Amino acid sequence: MAQKGYVEIAIEVCKGCNLCVIHCPTECLALNTSDTNSYGLHYSTLAKPEDCIGCANCAVMCPDAAITVYREKKEKRPNPRKGGNSG
Amino acid sequence: MKEGYELIYKRPGTLTDRRMSYCPGCFHSTIHKFMMEIVEEMDIQDKTVGVCPVGCSVFAYHYLDIDMQEAAHGRAAAVATGIKRVLPDRIVFSYQGDGDLAAIGTAETLHACNRGENFTFIFINNGIYGMTGGQMAPTTLDGQITSTCPYGRDVDTAGMPLKMAEIISTFEKVAYVERVSCNTPANARKAKRAIKKAFEYQMEGLGTTFIEVASNCPSNWKLTPEESLKWLEEKVFPYYPLDVFRDVKKLKKEE
Repeated sequence: MAQKGYVEIAIEVCKGCNLCVIHCPTECLALNTSDTNSYGLHYSTLAKPEDCIGCANCAVMCPDAAITVYREKKEKRPNPRKGGNSG
Repeated sequence: MKEGYELIYKRPGTLTDRRMSYCPGCFHSTIHKFMMEIVEEMDIQDKTVGVCPVGCSVFAYHYLDIDMQEAAHGRAAAVATGIKRVLPDRIVFSYQGDGDLAAIGTAETLHACNRGENFTFIFINNGIYGMTGGQMAPTTLDGQITSTCPYGRDVDTAGMPLKMAEIISTFEKVAYVERVSCNTPANARKAKRAIKKAFEYQMEGLGTTFIEVASNCPSNWKLTPEESLKWLEEKVFPYYPLDVFRDVKKLKKEE
């Protein structure tokens, strides 16, 4: 199963260039066309939070460094080869 | 932060909180971000000195939280030479556009590279004079329409677009030359690696390092940021290929 993640977008920093939206592999980001920030620009939002995998492609592409990315911590599974009693 | 999650990426602390004045989707800000991420990763904020050009990035010193020096138009290479010679333990870079580095500053750039001055060039090539309203630059492509060539660049009278990375890669004392872009996440990550490599070569004292960024200019190309990426792939990359043109470490290995 794919990992889960989420992003936080600084609305006032975002300029609505759409580069994060077109490069999101799961298409979970979208430009909010019904609202603007104080500069009068549409801003990007996490439209489908359940689809985000925390790959940070949006953050790499964002020219204005408006995106912060978080990803679910990996659970450390016990290594079956090193387990003493299982064999 | 939600519980059970870890931070993957955040805005580098070496970038100031000031809002960048660049147009939406401009690669100037992307490269600013990458440079400051590298400065933060390598922990060289106190040792880095940048030289600003004249052009769109003239206010770069507002956004980069490091020591910066403004230079006269085209003379960033000469100013960076002086800074690096006086303070050889600092990491010095000149940040220039194509109107600055490839037009008015060609002499300074070529001679600094020929002398092998030990600093890094970050060259943003968008093929147009962005700040002054999209006039034809030496790097404008054949047939590209700008405000001073409304019928497209005529190479019979204006000459061929300058390939600065290829020209500079012919100098013996140049350590590293690469052309990068930021049109996809993969290329953007490569661009960051290239800039980091250039800084590392400079710290080792190998010679001049030169990173050319094939950039976009959505406002003056009269395209949306998304369309400008397609234009880059269709028109710019065939003439300005992305490649490593010179790497002294590889050359030494081959010998």
